[in-house]
Amino acid sequence: MTGDTAAAGPLPAAARQWLARRRRDAGLRPYVVYMAAVLIFGLFAVILRDDGFLTATNLLNIGRQAAPIAVMAVGMTFALASAEIDLSIGSVAALSSLVAAEAVGDYGFVAGAAAALAVGAGIGLINGAITVKVRIPSFLVTLGMLGIVSGIARNMNNLQSLPIRNDTFLAVFGAGSVGPISSLLIWTVVAGLVGHLVLHHLRWGRHVLSVGADRGAAAALGINTDRIRITALMTSAAAASFAGVLLAGRLAIGRHDLGENLLLTVIAAVVIGGTNLFGGRASVVGAIVGSVVMAMLNNGLILMGLRVADQLIARGVIIILAVALSMREQKET
Amino acid sequence: MTGPASPVALEVEGLCKSFRAVQALDHVSLSLHYGRVTALLGDNGAGKSTLVKCISGVYAPDGGEVRVDGAVRVIGSPEMARSLGIETVHQTLAVIDPLDVVENLFLNREHTRGGRLGAWLGVLDKKRMRSESGEILGRLDIRIPSLRRPMSALSGGQRQAVAIGRAAAWGQQIVLLDEPAAALGVEQAARVLDLIRSLRDSGVAVLLITHNMDRVTEVCDRAVVLRQGRKTAEVDVADVSKDDLVAYITGARTGDLS
Repeated sequence: MTGDTAAAGPLPAAARQWLARRRRDAGLRPYVVYMAAVLIFGLFAVILRDDGFLTATNLLNIGRQAAPIAVMAVGMTFALASAEIDLSIGSVAALSSLVAAEAVGDYGFVAGAAAALAVGAGIGLINGAITVKVRIPSFLVTLGMLGIVSGIARNMNNLQSLPIRNDTFLAVFGAGSVGPISSLLIWTVVAGLVGHLVLHHLRWGRHVLSVGADRGAAAALGINTDRIRITALMTSAAAASFAGVLLAGRLAIGRHDLGENLLLTVIAAVVIGGTNLFGGRASVVGAIVGSVVMAMLNNGLILMGLRVADQLIARGVIIILAVALSMREQKET
Repeated sequence: MTGPASPVALEVEGLCKSFRAVQALDHVSLSLHYGRVTALLGDNGAGKSTLVKCISGVYAPDGGEVRVDGAVRVIGSPEMARSLGIETVHQTLAVIDPLDVVENLFLNREHTRGGRLGAWLGVLDKKRMRSESGEILGRLDIRIPSLRRPMSALSGGQRQAVAIGRAAAWGQQIVLLDEPAAALGVEQAARVLDLIRSLRDSGVAVLLITHNMDRVTEVCDRAVVLRQGRKTAEVDVADVSKDDLVAYITGARTGDLS
């Protein structure tokens, strides 16, 4: 009887204190994405146990599908952290897959990846420069750029896919592995690690967050806010290019529509992961986990046997719900 | 106090600034001396904050001259003002909510580690900044529960203290304070006055914007009064009463404009 008081509630006192402290400091917000990941994984593991969800091949498949989403999500995290948004990433990935396929045939695998990244960084520079110098909101600039870039991609090879036959390229950016670990998984981890270190341990990362949180205050302290916003948009576009390289590596082709439909998936992954849609709060690790959540959702919907049309509807509903839930939590804190 | 012989840190001469049809500053001149506190007084809209923003590089003046240590300077950006040793605490505090206290104190003045490569990349030396933050706040007797809390978790007074602490830490020559105690309780406001005194005693030239006449008589050596963008009075605080100051502000009287 007497010893029962400490365990009165459903949680031990230490856990309750920890929760209370989290609530006060930053809310439970940063942990929502982990709970979502576990919940969705558990749900599919039960519902789809006879459809092969838990097989090693399928889990590996989810990991491979998550890789380009995750790479784009890391880039998008920086764009959102600076209170900008990049809607051109899907089309940039597609164009980059074509550029990589073209360059890799002529100049080898390093040139393939480098050319794609250069194209992405260049498009990001244009996005950023117009946003900052002409003072047009980035969502409009990048929406226009989305159209321009997908038009260019469609013109580039007359809607045909461009095969990639360079084995090194395909191994490094696609089907290869180091021991048992798929190279795509390694790229995902590298993107997450680099992004996390840049956000938390480099001056630029802190400045991106400052500009996104309060541009006027950042400017009053002498931060070059134009430069920060431009480089943040360059980061999102360059990351999208690298995602295009990974898509090209996985499918062994460059094509005008590779990754084109990933925009909404990426935004959802980032926002579920705890990054504020309007700047000033960002989590790279959350974006990576959010990407895995989105890849699991895609995979689960396919395994459930939904037709493509119904997948689109279901994904749209889930994304709105998920983002609505994370935004509600953000407003509270 | 330090006497009339203390050297001039900053001189503003004939400064003008208009916003469309409104002339916010009309040929305003003043000078700040090392080791002295100058009050900048005036009613709302008199041009006080505009003047501060012209000196701190936020606004570009339309005309006039700013001299720092006797040399004419065109202060084109806040970064340039900071590199000239001019620190500002604006009315809307320039603190970044999601960053912690250490990060705010060192924002855009970060220490890096890892040699030249680290400096180029901007690899933050968090340990060094944390320990120096402790020293800065300790020296100024500013008490913050935890340096690792984000600014958003601090009280209004604590946020103000961090902003002032940052200005004091980096403003080796000149510190401009725009209503630094406006949002504070009695005890915290007194602490701010102590901070201003310790800045003055260490030789810093301080410009203090305030509406509170008690603060003027307590810490200021000289007072400059603006009214509708023009300087209407400049007096030694010791020579006048609070009522005189109020009369200058409301325009009931004009003062010595030597």
